[in-house]
Amino acid sequence: MRDGVVAEFDAPEGLERAFARLTALGYTRLRSWTPYPVRGVVTRLPESLVPWIMLVAGLVGASLGYLVQWWCNAHDYRLDVGGRPYNSIPAYIPIAFESGVLAACLAGFVAILGLSGLPRLYHRVFEIEGFERASIDRFWIGVDARDPRFEDGVREVLEASGALRCAWIGGDAPQQRLP
Amino acid sequence: MTSAALEATPERDEPTGGEAVILGHRSDLELTDDLLAPLWRPWPRLKYALMVTAAGAFALFAALTYTATTGIGLWGNNIPVAWAFAIINFVWWIGIGHAGTFISAILLLLEVSWRTSINRFAEGMTLFAIVQAGLFPVFHLGRPWFAYWLVPYPSEMGVWPNFKSSLPWDVVAVSTYLTVSFLFWYTGLLPDLAAARDRAPTLRRRRIYGIFALGWRGDSRHWRHYRIGYLVLGGLATPLVLSVHSIISLDFAITQLPGWHSTIFPPYFVAGAIYSGFAMVVTLMVPARAIFRLHDVVTKNHLDNIAKMLLVTGWIVTYAYIVEAFMAWYSGNRYEMYTALVDRPRATYAGVYWGILFCNCVVVQSLWSRRLRTSPAALFVVAAFVQVGMWGERFMLIITSLHRDFLPSSWRVYTPSWIDWTILAGTCSFFLLLFLLFLRFVPFIPISELKEMRRELSHRAQASAGGVGARARAELEGSRA
Repeated sequence: MRDGVVAEFDAPEGLERAFARLTALGYTRLRSWTPYPVRGVVTRLPESLVPWIMLVAGLVGASLGYLVQWWCNAHDYRLDVGGRPYNSIPAYIPIAFESGVLAACLAGFVAILGLSGLPRLYHRVFEIEGFERASIDRFWIGVDARDPRFEDGVREVLEASGALRCAWIGGDAPQQRLP
Repeated sequence: MTSAALEATPERDEPTGGEAVILGHRSDLELTDDLLAPLWRPWPRLKYALMVTAAGAFALFAALTYTATTGIGLWGNNIPVAWAFAIINFVWWIGIGHAGTFISAILLLLEVSWRTSINRFAEGMTLFAIVQAGLFPVFHLGRPWFAYWLVPYPSEMGVWPNFKSSLPWDVVAVSTYLTVSFLFWYTGLLPDLAAARDRAPTLRRRRIYGIFALGWRGDSRHWRHYRIGYLVLGGLATPLVLSVHSIISLDFAITQLPGWHSTIFPPYFVAGAIYSGFAMVVTLMVPARAIFRLHDVVTKNHLDNIAKMLLVTGWIVTYAYIVEAFMAWYSGNRYEMYTALVDRPRATYAGVYWGILFCNCVVVQSLWSRRLRTSPAALFVVAAFVQVGMWGERFMLIITSLHRDFLPSSWRVYTPSWIDWTILAGTCSFFLLLFLLFLRFVPFIPISELKEMRRELSHRAQASAGGVGARARAELEGSRA
């Protein structure tokens, strides 16, 4: 979100109310900043891709883990241990499994951060006075100015939902741009 | 107490019913500030604890340096007892880590509410225990600078590790376990590091926590990926609880030594691991709870539940001991029978054998008493017995199976050297040092999760006057009789 209106609530219920109302009015570019996931907001967002990324990474990791063992002990340097087959499937399972878990978890961590746009140490919302309580006990909602339905009247909806205050973030506020 | 939810709980004192998972009527702001306080408050007396543990860690590194520069002969190891202290300590430490993963992953999937206040703590314990465990196999190589030979890298020699041996499995299992535990721990930390950033009293601390928080804003987009990602990470850590110690038990089980060559080993090791790990959780949690006055987030309900876990895993371990002895007799194999029925209970190390039966199977039975389960002091003592007992169990398993070789002419008695003892004590010190630093610099109670859980519980309690919500209400306010 670059420019837009943000509003602060002191309880998640207010945020949920505002989110539901704005969604009903047709707003799509909504954001919230909360100390913990708020059910009424998070459940309305599209599904995350993270589990799929982890699944693919896990399968690739497990296959690679198996392949390395097969290549080392059965192909490149055939190793006979106690007459067991060169490609000894049961003996190769533990490492293949662990490699799969390792790859999935690494991919999951990177995916959570990457899809969230992190690490990013500075963000415009940090400029808002009092925003630091978004990680403690305040619940913020943001309406992006690029939303096709955006109009300054959105403040009234937010205030009617119980917002403590509203603020404009980003460049020039629309009132200042228009003469 | 009546049905009005947590606002009705008047004071932040000890719980009356002892069943609540979170007490007090503080606002989220007060709760956050209280839980972040150990990060900002000066630590006048704990400074000495840091100094003592740092000295112990120094002794550890001195002993390891001495070992690496002089040779493995400094240890008490001999032939046939080639594994000895290094492997005992390795198995013991890695086992301790398992309770952390059990609490944070399995109890996360089961949506157990008493997990929330203690999971970060237990994950930290896991991480630091794996660090200790990892030292031992590397130094046990004798030439630790060749440890990288365990990794399949293209070399001039043109040979590869033998992946049909269980030892490379260990390397992969333990390093995966360490990495996954770290990722899981750090992911869970992000929202709390952001809270620490936003409440930090000085600009320098704000910057440091800001860097580690990676710019977390609690954005709805963050939560969307984080929630499901964290859950799947937990789901993947769950099989690790079972697989890592199973793989380690295979180091023993796939050999043909009497006392080791047994199919019960994987479940037996996993249960023992969780048993000793929960004992370590108690050992660390009871003092921390008293020092940081965490009585309203780590309630008697938590202690009670941990104690019950000790009792359950203690019985699994007891069952394994019985099966071990029975199978040795039932096999009819003279070597198995000698190890399990003569050597262990009646020979050189008989004291260890009966000692572990007392520590692991008898002492824990005191936890049938609800009064002892909710008494921090009693639980601490029981946990100490379990720690010693579980270390002794690994001593018994490794030493008694090895010191009586198949030929009586090869029999030797094993006694550890002072270097062995220094290294063991040193790892305990190093572990405590890392743990104290963790308590000093990291929010060790998951604040964000706690706030979320508090809201969920109060919602559930308010939503229904009885029936479905009754349990939630009981968990919230401690009124369940």
